[in-house]
Amino acid sequence: MTDPAKITDLKVCSLSHPDPEKIKQELIGKYPTKVARKRAKQIVVKRVEDEDKVPQIGANVRTVPGLIGQRGCCYAGCKGVVLGPTRDIVNITHGPIGCGFYSWLTRRNQTDADAGPDGANFMPYCFSTDMQDEEIIFGGEKKLKQAIREAYDNFKPKAIAVFATCPVGLIGDDIHSVCREMKAELGINVFGFSCEGYKGVSQSAGHHIANNGIFTHVIGTDDAVPEGKFKINLLGEYNIGGDAFEIERIFDACGFTLVSTFSGNSGIDDFARSHTADVNLVMCHRSINYVAEMMETKYGLPWIKVNFIGAEATAKSLRKMAAYFEDDALIARVEQVIAAELPAVETIRAQILPRTQGKRAMLFVGGARAHHYQELFKELGMSTVSAGYEFGHRDDYEGRKVLPDIKIDADSRNIEELQVQADPTQYEPRKTAAALQRLAAKGIKFAEYDGMMPAMTNGSLVIDDISQFETDLIIERFKPDIFCAGIKEKYSVQKHGIPLKQLHSYDYGGPYAGFKGAINFYKDIERMVNSRVWQYLKSPWQKNPELAATYAWQ
Amino acid sequence: MLVAEKSSPHYTATRNPCKLCTPLGAALAFSGIEGALPLLHGSQGCATYIRRYLISHFKEPVDIASSNFSEQSAVFGGGDNLKQALANIRRQYDPALIGIATTCLSETIGEDVPGILREYAQQDGVGTLPPLVHVSTPSYQGTYREGFHAAVKALVTALAGAAAKKIRPLAQTINLLPGMLSPEDLRHLKAIVADFGLSAIMLPDYADRLDGAQWTEYRPIQPGGTPVAAIGQMGQAVATVQFGHVLALEPGAGQQLAQACGVPLASLGLPIGINATDAFLTALETISGRATPSAYRAERGRLVDAYVDGHKYVSQKRAIVFGEEDLVAGLAAFLAEIGLMPVLCATGGKSGRFREAIHTAAPDLAREDIRIEEGIDFKTVETLAAETEADILIGNSKGLHLARALQKPLVRVGFPIHDRFGGGRVRHIGYRGTLRLFDRIVNSLIAQRQNTSEVGYFYM
Repeated sequence: MTDPAKITDLKVCSLSHPDPEKIKQELIGKYPTKVARKRAKQIVVKRVEDEDKVPQIGANVRTVPGLIGQRGCCYAGCKGVVLGPTRDIVNITHGPIGCGFYSWLTRRNQTDADAGPDGANFMPYCFSTDMQDEEIIFGGEKKLKQAIREAYDNFKPKAIAVFATCPVGLIGDDIHSVCREMKAELGINVFGFSCEGYKGVSQSAGHHIANNGIFTHVIGTDDAVPEGKFKINLLGEYNIGGDAFEIERIFDACGFTLVSTFSGNSGIDDFARSHTADVNLVMCHRSINYVAEMMETKYGLPWIKVNFIGAEATAKSLRKMAAYFEDDALIARVEQVIAAELPAVETIRAQILPRTQGKRAMLFVGGARAHHYQELFKELGMSTVSAGYEFGHRDDYEGRKVLPDIKIDADSRNIEELQVQADPTQYEPRKTAAALQRLAAKGIKFAEYDGMMPAMTNGSLVIDDISQFETDLIIERFKPDIFCAGIKEKYSVQKHGIPLKQLHSYDYGGPYAGFKGAINFYKDIERMVNSRVWQYLKSPWQKNPELAATYAWQ
Repeated sequence: MLVAEKSSPHYTATRNPCKLCTPLGAALAFSGIEGALPLLHGSQGCATYIRRYLISHFKEPVDIASSNFSEQSAVFGGGDNLKQALANIRRQYDPALIGIATTCLSETIGEDVPGILREYAQQDGVGTLPPLVHVSTPSYQGTYREGFHAAVKALVTALAGAAAKKIRPLAQTINLLPGMLSPEDLRHLKAIVADFGLSAIMLPDYADRLDGAQWTEYRPIQPGGTPVAAIGQMGQAVATVQFGHVLALEPGAGQQLAQACGVPLASLGLPIGINATDAFLTALETISGRATPSAYRAERGRLVDAYVDGHKYVSQKRAIVFGEEDLVAGLAAFLAEIGLMPVLCATGGKSGRFREAIHTAAPDLAREDIRIEEGIDFKTVETLAAETEADILIGNSKGLHLARALQKPLVRVGFPIHDRFGGGRVRHIGYRGTLRLFDRIVNSLIAQRQNTSEVGYFYM
């Protein structure tokens, strides 16, 4: 069995590995000067001169029109990503039909519909006001009210959420006043999100708006403290492919009490009492760090960054969580669980490693996965030669220490920053200053995320908001063994003869989180990088032109 | 028996829509032009969502650019964004044509796209422009069907001008406006037309681009599609053949070619089933002056033979058919032919011509007790389905929940098919396509019986 520590030290460069600086010049050479200047900031070769300094990267800036990127819109981030996975809120899209249709059960969030007391699960439904000409001209508030009433009549849900699409803000529909009115009329929680598609630079703006809405309208509305010890919230885990189920299994085994997950396999009641937990664990920093920060200020819950992608990373995160609670029995139980889980993982890994070791991966996905999945590739002995986020910010690349230096541009300014203060009755610091210091001395970092770049090898190419054109070019030049992105890139990458692993939807497989997830991932990647399908690319007449000629003469 | 009109239960909200948005149709049509790049004028999310949907169905690269509106452009106009997008697309892709479709956003703020395009063309150093074809496609008007045909018409209007009338007609060349068929259908159509000694300018033609081979070298835009120059020659064709009984009632590209260039228009139903395929081949006989080749006579023979042999499985059974209007009308005619009653024909579209189209496609159905519903969603279909006692569902993959609720098999046709492999390779048309559909329908009914039988018979 290979020692994991050694795997990380694998040399990135193979003989065919091109010079990343040259590739960068080639990438931006295709653009007009202004565009080239902008892209040059977003394409960075990682070099580390001194320990903590990684190069600065341009991120969370608007995609240049005409560069075919992979980003979604504000609505997609709000309705599709953050609120989509909650089973018992009826989501109504206020707008023409496309937006609602395209976000109808499109992400691979799973949910356990029987987990709630009432068995409610509205995720398979798509509600839309399906605006027509008439509403664009005369306003759509009346239709929206009726749609809310119908949703209520249909399902008697605990809550209804309304999502605005592009035309709504422009024609002046006030969805928030409609929601207030309907909340009074129906006696259930009704709240709206002004997540028009043109807001912000990507779906990231929608995440922020969703965070604000959930924080304002739901979190802290139920003070009933759930039973159980070691109460935690898991933030930024969306249960793609059942990841949250695997993580929940491990939490149960360790003895943690999961109060709420934002928002994989979640129900609205969990959000309402999430402020009663002891700590927030942040998985996808990009999409949910706002909630973690606001909850810390208002309720006194500290947050720590965790990662359950990768067996080693999972073990590390569990140890961190146990250490936070400073409970010897818990610490011992967590060690038992890790000891019980790892052998199965290591057995499979040892079988697979010889067939994956030394291969090269590229990851262009999301705001966290492009970082987290590098862990799994390391465990497979594979190096990440290039990676980047679709909608990450500078802190996701360089770490939160750069937060004070990030310039606020017009697009970010338009997204509301909630002014949050300690709640006079609900605020309760979970740890004393002395305890925090004690934990910090043990290496537990609070409210900290180091970002993706420190984890990457020197000489790797980091590309923010990569375009389709740039994708094609780096594939041609690097010829990686696997490329990780989404369905939009999948078939063009595979036309080049390179397998693409979908990391938004997991190619409809998974889970990949936790210990069992790691095993699934090892197996899936091994199948892909060793597929024999590519040998058929060349036909006999291409391999032997003279043979074809013979046939033609006969 | 004539039955009084039934009214559907009324809901204001759309619950589980049975239609897609207008610019998707335009993007699909533009993807069928050789070297063309579709560009959506609006938020980037529209291009992303639409790419995601097309790619999941065709499992091929689909590039759609966006003018990436910001909050500022939403307020002050997106003209600069559009010009920037055009410049950048040309630099990266050097496209043969750029198809510009608007979105809800640019339409709501009332963008003057033709004006912006004129300004762009007059800019210094703009060079030799590829054709820039604009089509207006707000999603609050129509559905993907309307967007598709509007784009086809915009292409013809922009490129096949009246000047063509004066030029000598192209002998043995026809225009073919197939509508939203699968790449496999388009390939089959081209072969049929060629077998009559005709050459076809098919618009659009995404047969190769949306169902292509592996690359031996990098291709910025997938190969294949209607050549831009060929669209310019459509005014010289000896005839236009278009499919779709709804389309026939609209002023589309076919009418445009007839009026502006004097090209005679044959408007037919989708060639699904014996009657409709007979009509298509008869039209080709008339245009080409050739008899139907023997291979097609043999195909027809095999199809009739299968109808005879499979009759016992399908006759008197009841189907719910849903999706895009013209496809549903074509399928309804075929189902009526095999005695499988399309008891509920449903579409999310609202052209106002759905009923007429079905009755034109299958006059016999006008006398049957069937429901024809337009502007309808899946939840309403589910409510109506309770009284239909349907045995089978035929439509796109979004009917899954309906099929599950009714516990009936779903035969996946049309677009989108996201939960099965080979969506682009479903063949619906011609005798051969009909035979394949017929086999699939029969086998679905057999499988349903076999799966619910306790004995496990080997013969069904």
